[in-house]
Amino acid sequence: MGLLMVKTANQSVPAGSQIALLSLSHLSHPYGSFDHMASPATAAEEENLPQVLLLLHPAAFTIFGEEHFTSAKFRFLKAYESSLPLDEFLAANARSVRALLVSAATVVGAGILDLLPELRVIVTTSAGLDQLDLAECRRRGIRIASAGDIYSADVADCAVGLLIDVLRKISASNRYVKNGFWASKGDYPLGSKQLRGKRIGIVGLGRIGLQVAKRLQQGFGCTVSYNSRKKKNPDQVPYPFYQDVRELAANSDALILCCGLTEQTRHAVDKEVLAALGKAGVIVNVARGAVVDEKEMVRCLVEGEIAGAGLDVFEDEPVVPKELLELDNVVLSPHSAVLTRESMMELARLVVGNLEAFFSNEPLLSEYEDD
Amino acid sequence: MYSYLEQELQSRFNLFKLWQQPPSKIPEFLKSNQRTIKAVVSNARVGADAQLIDSLPNLEIVASFSVGFDKIDLKRCEEKGIRVTNTPDVLTDDVADLGIALILAVLRKICPCDGFVRSGKWKDGDFGIVTFPCFLLQFSSKPVGIVGLGRIGSAIAKRAQAFGCSISYHSRTQKPLKHYKYYDNIVDLAKNCSILVVACSLTDETRHIVNREVIDALGPRGILINVGRGAHVDEPELVSALLEGRLAGAGLDVYEDEPEVPDPLLRLDNVLLLPHVGSDTVETCNSMADLVLANLEAHFNSRPLPTPVI
Repeated sequence: MGLLMVKTANQSVPAGSQIALLSLSHLSHPYGSFDHMASPATAAEEENLPQVLLLLHPAAFTIFGEEHFTSAKFRFLKAYESSLPLDEFLAANARSVRALLVSAATVVGAGILDLLPELRVIVTTSAGLDQLDLAECRRRGIRIASAGDIYSADVADCAVGLLIDVLRKISASNRYVKNGFWASKGDYPLGSKQLRGKRIGIVGLGRIGLQVAKRLQQGFGCTVSYNSRKKKNPDQVPYPFYQDVRELAANSDALILCCGLTEQTRHAVDKEVLAALGKAGVIVNVARGAVVDEKEMVRCLVEGEIAGAGLDVFEDEPVVPKELLELDNVVLSPHSAVLTRESMMELARLVVGNLEAFFSNEPLLSEYEDD
Repeated sequence: MYSYLEQELQSRFNLFKLWQQPPSKIPEFLKSNQRTIKAVVSNARVGADAQLIDSLPNLEIVASFSVGFDKIDLKRCEEKGIRVTNTPDVLTDDVADLGIALILAVLRKICPCDGFVRSGKWKDGDFGIVTFPCFLLQFSSKPVGIVGLGRIGSAIAKRAQAFGCSISYHSRTQKPLKHYKYYDNIVDLAKNCSILVVACSLTDETRHIVNREVIDALGPRGILINVGRGAHVDEPELVSALLEGRLAGAGLDVYEDEPEVPDPLLRLDNVLLLPHVGSDTVETCNSMADLVLANLEAHFNSRPLPTPVI
């Protein structure tokens, strides 16, 4: 266990007095130390550092630890620590703020932007950008740095994991064993479905969708088709394209949602699409809850109109429709597709890297470009 | 017994259902029917040991509803000229799929996370399950070590490669056509991977092949996946390693004494326990059953057996 001794600024330390200790015991965890570890600035140095505004406490700080997101080149201004209403706090403290760090939950629209006249960059910890008013940002010349490609493999792995779990009843049969039923009730009832040969319909063939496609087609022998805003170059993307999500669903045994949430994709999976997917169909959602008409999906699951679902996201997180909590043919995940140790380490590096680059007038590491 | 197989056997043969006999009555039952019984249909759990074989003097064939034949006394069968068949290939994909499912479920804690949501804790703002140091772990790009690169091991390797994983293996002999890194001993394999998958057949050599030394080599960051046979792993050693945090987790589909599962494992969140369902999809069970029937029909019609072991 290592100890870092932090002296408070401008104080000599009398013998026998307490010294502030920052315990690094978690760094001796078997998963090893994290190589980004900030060296804290003195209070005087801190005063001169540029500020990065935080409107909400990012989940990543709670989950991974705020210390991984600090830097000697900036300091955080935490609006949520003030008792003032947000607009008053911003008016009093944030008029000269040039950088904002947000997460998936931080909605940023014209109202907030009006209170940040000097804002030049928004860095987000999320893969999605639906929480930001992109048109307003563009209009004001505010640049955006996203989580880029760092999560794609983990989200794709989550999608595949949820799909296999639903088809092969992994979580359900694990519960069966852990409840002692294998010994008392006998073998787990047959009802699993094969993965081989299944027709997979991917909604949104971006970075995540492509990784899902690769795993399922190359690894498991599934047949992949997709729907996307635009058809991709067939020389690069060999999967059949469907212009219409309903038609994709009609030709799929499982629909995997990997698209961003936009006005076009909101409730893209609606009553018609679910009906087209059919009684044997499975849906996996690692995109955003609002891509699906959740109420309709729940009804279909309860009434057996579709066969099962693997869901990492919901329309009103962290609220999950209570009907789902009773079903054995669904697998539920607390929006944790990106929350691996490896992704969190990458995220910390990327967030700090983007902010440091901004303040050094260097190119952002993962600038979002409209296409 | 799988109902489709039972029905077909019943309609085509004179079927004696040993599982319906109380254990104490079995010797008597066998004795009174020993002249007519010419075939035994076994499975992964209940085989044909020397005692059974010896009590059936007219036995000609043992057809197993499984690919593993570790529960059949091959030596005795060979001595007596008894044929033995199994069900290879038709279940390869399903078992390999399950291997990957176990890896993903253990690393990403899919089942505990599901339980976390169902319990209402997520709604109450409790981040518990996903906070450090209970971190979910990445699968993609991790080094995977496979024990046994037969049909199932190769199928697992192919799937893991699609996740960008590097593959290494240990096997009785090196496979020159497979371009994966080979280790001639399992300890070195375990030292050099973070996910160790057991997919070999059970023989005298591979009994307890995963022992304390291998578990230590795999280490506190490693996970063990078993889709082979329970006896491949020294189960008490595995249990103590998991309880003491000397292994990051395990995903098991097989156990030394099914359906008994070591009690301490039932309460560990980093351990996934499945009830020997590797080949338990409707499609595969039907294919396996058809293969058992095909082997029996071929034998009794003096045709070559589709999938003989001996």
